[in-house]
Amino acid sequence: MASLLNISARRVLTKASPLGLNRAISAIGSSQIRNFASSPIDPSVGLTDEQKELQSVARAFADNEFAPKMQEWDENQFFPAEAMRRGAELGFGGLYTREDVGGAGLGRLETSIIFEALATGCVSTTAYISIHNMCTWMVDLFGTEEQRKKYLPDMTSMKKFASYCLTEPGAGSDAAGLSTTAVKKGSHYILNGSKAFISGGGSSDVYVIMARTGGPGPKGISCFIVEKGFKGLSFGKKENKLGWNSQPTRAVIMEDCEVPVENLVGVEGQGFSIAMKGLNGGRINIGSCSLGAAQASIEAAVEHVKVRKQFNQPLANFQNTQFKLADMATALLSSRLMVRQAARMLDEDDPNVAAFCAMAKLHSTDECFQICDDSLQLHGGYGYLKDYKVNVYLRDSRVHRILEGTNEVMRMVASRSLLSD
Amino acid sequence: MAGPADLRILVACKRVVDYAVKIRVNAAGTAVETNNLKHSMNPFDEIGAEQAILIKEAFAKSKKTVDVIAVSCGPAKAQETLRTALAMGADRAVHVETNDDLQPLAVAKVLKAIVEKEKPDIVILGKQAIDDDSNQTGQMLAGLLNWPQATFASKVELAEKAMTVTREVDGGIETIKTPLPAILTTDLRLNIPRYASLPNIMKAKKKPLEKIAIASLSIDVAPRIEILKVAEPAKRQGGKTVENVDELISKLKNEAKVL
Repeated sequence: MASLLNISARRVLTKASPLGLNRAISAIGSSQIRNFASSPIDPSVGLTDEQKELQSVARAFADNEFAPKMQEWDENQFFPAEAMRRGAELGFGGLYTREDVGGAGLGRLETSIIFEALATGCVSTTAYISIHNMCTWMVDLFGTEEQRKKYLPDMTSMKKFASYCLTEPGAGSDAAGLSTTAVKKGSHYILNGSKAFISGGGSSDVYVIMARTGGPGPKGISCFIVEKGFKGLSFGKKENKLGWNSQPTRAVIMEDCEVPVENLVGVEGQGFSIAMKGLNGGRINIGSCSLGAAQASIEAAVEHVKVRKQFNQPLANFQNTQFKLADMATALLSSRLMVRQAARMLDEDDPNVAAFCAMAKLHSTDECFQICDDSLQLHGGYGYLKDYKVNVYLRDSRVHRILEGTNEVMRMVASRSLLSD
Repeated sequence: MAGPADLRILVACKRVVDYAVKIRVNAAGTAVETNNLKHSMNPFDEIGAEQAILIKEAFAKSKKTVDVIAVSCGPAKAQETLRTALAMGADRAVHVETNDDLQPLAVAKVLKAIVEKEKPDIVILGKQAIDDDSNQTGQMLAGLLNWPQATFASKVELAEKAMTVTREVDGGIETIKTPLPAILTTDLRLNIPRYASLPNIMKAKKKPLEKIAIASLSIDVAPRIEILKVAEPAKRQGGKTVENVDELISKLKNEAKVL
């Protein structure tokens, strides 16, 4: 194949190309990636032709636009706004948002497939995109026509970035106990309180904030769209984190923050139900990001054990390596099946979806983190070096066991459903 | 579409083993193993599809319409490749169904039949397919149709019923002008194909895809060339590190005998 030489020359050309959106032929590790087409970790097994096409575009985008930059973004804590906007031109900014406001109008299963593929290139950036998507979807589904027209075209194009604000310093797992207040005064609600661990905090332009308009408990909570620049909105210091470094995390602080009444999403008291509905999907999204981390980690491990020699033979020849890889592939597949089943149930609006989303999130984020760790172990000392990618997948996916409801809360949700009469 | 388009472009799209797949020769030593491998559109055809869509977009700015028709010859799976072209922006697709391995002359004959049916102003093909590297189909099609050809294009400009094409030739860059209809084959630097957007992937399913049984074209597609043997290239020998430039030159002269 003489023309392959041309193709690799093209990779170099494209790297320097100013045409950002156009397709570069895979810059990094494409040969190792593509060879998994007929392997047990092939993520396209069982998908329709259309889903495969969506997956292949997302993976190509991840290979070309995310993967070559992932370590740099991690190291420099760089928020890749432009790369995300290029993705938004393809539809990543509003995957399950309706098309009249620039969304792609896809289902949750397709969304999961796409997030998994994107996360192979950068888990942290994909996870942020997934949060942005959740906010966009919330305004699309629960917002008024005016709110949709005002905010969504800029959000689906990622001209404006969005953050989701539920967690507070004193209300994490016990989200319904949140204490941020919203008091109606004339044409505005006055918000007071603070939100902790907000992904995109300070960098985002639009904040979807849960605040208390009524009495204690879940029924007293309402949902608001708050813009950066509204009087009384400020941000805490940028947190230093183990992973998820390509997106800033800050506290969001409201001191007599003035929010126009027309920015209430849904009706007063509906906020917690919006938040929970969002979290079901959010859990699938986060599980999908873990799948991508695990997929990329296994791909890297397979490549490494075929090349790395000890005792005069490749590591792949040792039964320990073989069994370990088989276990990793099995764990990835079981996680993927659970995530995709939960996504399907969400698409079908199944009344029992919460427990299935919780179990999918619990299983996939725990197992996929373990896969990243096993891959790091198979890399030996090299796995501990930042020159190799697997440490980033490990650090980025660690937090998936904590956020979107901790995995302990996932067990609560699952067992509550199991024990209910 | 309201009326006939101002320009019609036929784009040939071949389904090939993906460029990044490590290929192997089959056990019998008669062909490259293609079973269970990832396939995708021939990269040079992808450049061809992109060029057709770029022309369509440029025409749209001056309120002119372009009909872009993607065509592929091959088994049912070739429709995946056509869907990719439709997702990128082609208007419709033609699938000539066959399970036989077609050699360039046979493909050129099939394309001639499609050209006579669709009457395009331009036929765009990749300069070669990355599986057999023949680099013949475009030229043969031009010969069969008795049309002018502009091969290895690195730049294309359209004027009224004519096309100016910059070609990458051994000595440098050559610029030619050809009347339409004409054959255009793409080189690597013509453009960088776009990603299909997600909504366009979904819409591609609804675009028309016409299936034509190859037998209905009454063309002799029998192979004219017999493949005797397919073998893998010799394994690369390990390299050596040289101490200095003098040693390098000496080795190039005395051992490699290339200077």
